[in-house]
Amino acid sequence: MNRSTLPKGWDGFAHDWAADQKVFKGMSWGKAMMWIFLLSDTFIFSCLLISLLTGRASTAVSWPDASVVFGLEVFGVSVPLLLIAIMTFVLISSSGTMAIAVKYGYEKNRKLCTIFLLLTALCGAAFVSMQAFEWTKLIVHEGVSPWGNPFGAEQFGAFFFMITGFHGTHVTIGVIFLLIMARKVWRGDFDSGRRGYFTTMKSDYLAIEIMGLYWHFVDLVWVFIFAFFYLW
Amino acid sequence: MLKHYKKQSHEIGVYLWIWGLLFVFSFFSYMVDYLNFEGTFRWTLIVIFMLSKAALIMAIFMHLFWERYAIVNVLLWPMTLMLLFVGIMAAESEYTLFTRLFYFIAGS
Repeated sequence: MNRSTLPKGWDGFAHDWAADQKVFKGMSWGKAMMWIFLLSDTFIFSCLLISLLTGRASTAVSWPDASVVFGLEVFGVSVPLLLIAIMTFVLISSSGTMAIAVKYGYEKNRKLCTIFLLLTALCGAAFVSMQAFEWTKLIVHEGVSPWGNPFGAEQFGAFFFMITGFHGTHVTIGVIFLLIMARKVWRGDFDSGRRGYFTTMKSDYLAIEIMGLYWHFVDLVWVFIFAFFYLW
Repeated sequence: MLKHYKKQSHEIGVYLWIWGLLFVFSFFSYMVDYLNFEGTFRWTLIVIFMLSKAALIMAIFMHLFWERYAIVNVLLWPMTLMLLFVGIMAAESEYTLFTRLFYFIAGS
């Protein structure tokens, strides 16, 4: 299939979907399926965030002030949302290094691809560590639980642990897969045609782009959590 | 295998630019909280910065800008429909709040 001869834009849209053959032309099934999975994950996160806003808007009790709850004291000065801001910048940076890893993967630059995958995993691990610190601080020192907290409406804790916990799980799974991918790239699996342990199939640097889609999605979700949970 | 599929290979400068822009927008949204903006103004700014960041990530980092419309439409329409769900639940939560306040007073 030569992509350059296909119609583009809306004509291309009608052409692709009307054709009695595969719809996503020039796209591997793995990448298409990752997109479909991410779409379904979007629905789950949307449900969580919409229920957060519903819970918050429908309670008659005052909602805890996030910029105070998540503030940190640095040298005696309290800075609002400091840890969350650092976490945001770390996760965005990991998205940047991931995009560059995908680029070097397609250029078959194994060394730089591995380095940037490892940098991405490092940023992800740092993010999860900071989240663990935040959870510890809230649970142990401030007595926040899913059924109550000292700051205001009791629903706050349930939404907090559910949403950040579900997102943190995604980050953790991402870090594990980034390490697996880094090892594969370093060993040259995508050049030698070595078969995958679980899939028993040959793969190539396309797998790095698919990995990247998942990782950017994790960053994307954090953009929405940052806006609706921490800033709103 | 790779030769059959479109490679998403772009200049590194594109990614660095977007990385920088994401930092700028994140800084702006942090400043919304730091400067204590209130009410509709605050929410508008938060949503603008949030959607700008989401658009940059999806368009450039996830390469949707360069993908065919067949996949772009599959992704963006269901996500847009979520706004309807948001609208429904906004109305629902207002009604719940009304009944709570009403019966807390009327029931006492």
